[in-house]
Formats: sequence, C-alpha cells, structure tokens
Amino acid sequence: MAKPKLALYWAASCGGCEIAVLDIHEKILDVANAFDIVFWPVALDFKYEDVRAMEDKSIDLCLFNGSIRNSENLEIAHLLRAKSKVLVAFGSCALEGGIPGLANLTTKEAIWNYVYKESPSTVTKNGGTFPQTHTMMPEGAIEIPEMWETVKALDQVVDVEYYVPGCPPQPERIWAVMEHIISGKPLPPKGSILGATDKTCCDECPRERKEKKLKKFFRPYEIQPDPNECLLDQGIVCMGPATRSGCDALCTKANMPCRGCYGPPPNVVDQGAKMVSALSSVIDAQDPQEIESILDQIADPMGTFYRFSLAHSILRRVEKL
Amino acid sequence: MAFEPKIIGFLCNWCSYTGADLAGVSRIKSAPNVRVIRTMCSGRVDPAFVLKAFQLGADGVIVMGCHLGDCHYQEGNYKTIRRIPFLKRLVKDFGIDPRRLRLEWVSASEGDRFAAIVNEMTEEIRNLGPLKLYAHNDIQQPVAHH
Repeated sequence: MAKPKLALYWAASCGGCEIAVLDIHEKILDVANAFDIVFWPVALDFKYEDVRAMEDKSIDLCLFNGSIRNSENLEIAHLLRAKSKVLVAFGSCALEGGIPGLANLTTKEAIWNYVYKESPSTVTKNGGTFPQTHTMMPEGAIEIPEMWETVKALDQVVDVEYYVPGCPPQPERIWAVMEHIISGKPLPPKGSILGATDKTCCDECPRERKEKKLKKFFRPYEIQPDPNECLLDQGIVCMGPATRSGCDALCTKANMPCRGCYGPPPNVVDQGAKMVSALSSVIDAQDPQEIESILDQIADPMGTFYRFSLAHSILRRVEKL
Repeated sequence: MAFEPKIIGFLCNWCSYTGADLAGVSRIKSAPNVRVIRTMCSGRVDPAFVLKAFQLGADGVIVMGCHLGDCHYQEGNYKTIRRIPFLKRLVKDFGIDPRRLRLEWVSASEGDRFAAIVNEMTEEIRNLGPLKLYAHNDIQQPVAHH
C-alpha cells in the first residue's frame, strides 16, 4: 500500500518549526518510513513545479509553517491547499501571525523607509534603492514577490483543518501528532488545536501562586526573581494567564516569563484583550492617578500582549494614521 | 445624509441601566445614538467586547457602572476602573482615537446625568467622524478555538 504523502512548507518563517521537526531526533527515521515526503524546501530538493504537477488532494498531510507576508506565501498557500487533504497551520506564525505579525504595528512604507533608506548603516544614493517586483535586465525580466501591507495568519487566506501552536511547537507534541496519523486512529474534529491542551500555561507552571495584589511591575532584568514564586506575583509581566497550555511551561521553569507563543486559551478570541483583563483584575489600586502610574510601568503593552497573536486579534493591525 | 454616530453602551444592570431607564420615564430628551447592552456589572465588560464593537462598526463605545463604593457586587467596578483605562491605551496604540472609548459612573437616580453624557458623547463622536478600520474590510472574523 502506498505510504501517505507528507509535505512541509515555510512561508514567512524563521525555520524554527522545521528544526523542531528534526528535534524529534531518531524518530525522523520513523517519519521517513511511514510517510512519502513529497515536498520540503528546506530539507529536500523538490520544486514548486513538482507540487503543481500533483493531483488535487494527493498530499495526505501538509504542515505549513510561517505567516502570509507576500505574494509568494499567498500563492503557495493556495497551491498547497488545493493539493492537500489535510492542511495544518503549524507553529505560531501560521496559527496567528507570529513574530512577523508584529509588522502590523507599522506600515509597509515605514518599514521600507527604515530598512532601505534611513537605518544608520544604510548608505543611500538617489533617495534610496527599493525592491521592485519586476525588473528588466538584458537577459530578461527578474520577478520577486510583492510584500503585502498586512501580515496574515494561514486561516485568514485558506481553509485550514488543524492547528499546532508553539514557537516552535514542542518536538514531543509534534511526534504525538505524527504518531496519531501513522496509527490510523480517527482524526479529531476539523478546526481542532493539536499538540496543546485546553487550560492555560499557569496550569503547567510549577511555581507557587498566591493571591495577587500588584502595585508595581518590573522588567525581567530589574529584579532577581524568586525561582519558586509566581513571576506575576513578583511583578514581572507573564503571559501565562492568557496563554494556552501544552508547552510544559518551559520558559517559566527557566526563570523567564511566558511570552504567549501557544496563543490564546480555549474560547478566547483576542489574547491581548484577555491579558489586559487579567492584569486589571490583579492591579491593586483604586485611585485613577495611581492606576495610571502603575500602568506606565508596563513597557510596550502591544508588543508584549500581542507578541505572537496580533494578526489573529480582533483588530488585526494598527490603523494607518 | 449626515453622519449619525453608532455608539455601543455597556450599562451595568443595577445602577447605570436603571439610571438610563429613569431618563426614559422622566421623558428627558437625549440623542438616540447609544445602543444599550445590559451587563450585570461593569466589571463584566471584557475588553474583547469593546474591540469587537469597534470591529463590527461602532464609532464609539461607552461603559457605564455604579459609582465607586456602590457596586452591587462590592468590587466589580474597581476592576472596571483599571480595565477600561488600560484598554484605552491599547485602543490608542491601535490608532483609534481614545476619545471613542469612555467610562462613566452613573447611579440609578442620575437620569439627567445619563442623558447629558449621551448627548455629549454623541456630539464628540459626530465631530470625530465615522471610524474606519482595516478590520472592517476583511470579512473573515477571528474564531475562538476549543
């Protein structure tokens, strides 16, 4: 019997999700035995033409990581959607925009002006050299993808069957997902989040939590946190209360606050709004001026609360002013 | 056609909703632009409700609750007094004029105060104009996963 076909693709991605797949170590041989890997640009020499030549829905499982930043990402998302039976938004970027989603805090124009003209190490001639999608050379035309104004998550451009959160997803969870598929067990309902559980990160964190009454916030470098006490109790902003469980709280175990990479908890649409709500409950102040001075101590709320989930939030991006 | 602001009002059941009701039975004239949603407490108002209201086309959102010390649930409005100013910062960072989000305490006997606030906010939003958001154009709405 033919082996099921597996594809992995990276859109606007750092490559960490692919490394995470390789981090299942020797089990990668089990994966190679169980699947026929038909497309994996970072690891194997297949071309887009090979995918275009495939029958629709002939790829049994496609793990798509990275967010949709440009026209190439969009085109291949549509291509792989057509050719795949099961399309998985793999990793935080595909699930909710991820770190590239933070570009939605600014505009394409502002980014290009900085990168190609105004950054301290850029020497510009004639007002700056900007990438062109189409350039005529003596040999012919050179085409590069067009960068979109707004970063999108995978399910904002195509239909997605499953989601695997994490930046990157934990290798043990990746292996569990692969194993489930290899075993032939029935697949969970469409739209399920795989490789994660349905509580918050606080549930997996071993630190001791007491009743919270916060009068001051600290940045992680400002204090030496007690390794046994809840980081939020000590005034360090930790996204644990507004983040889905499944990662074993690796960051808080390493004395760093949770960054929120597993996305919002079950039944929460907007991770940033939830964090505002959570922190507001535990700030210990009733006087408006005192409240404002405590809120002033939270550096960069947008970047902290929406670090991975901005593209998937209710408002999606900062309005162009 | 002149711009008529759409303002969503989250009113707590015990004080502000009753205050609004009093304005009604007292026949106090006020602008019809605030669409009232009753919650049991102003502390129930999740910041996501406010963002959702903006995404769905509200030009302004007002949250009304009991005066501090009068909350029917003792401490609900203390959470509101932190939640809404905190959310205002986020709203401003998203590029929405923070005057579009307002928090007011209105007691059950303050029908005239309710009407005055509604009139004032309607005029302010009318001057600010309709709110146009990127999220208005993108039809697909975010879905909560289970």
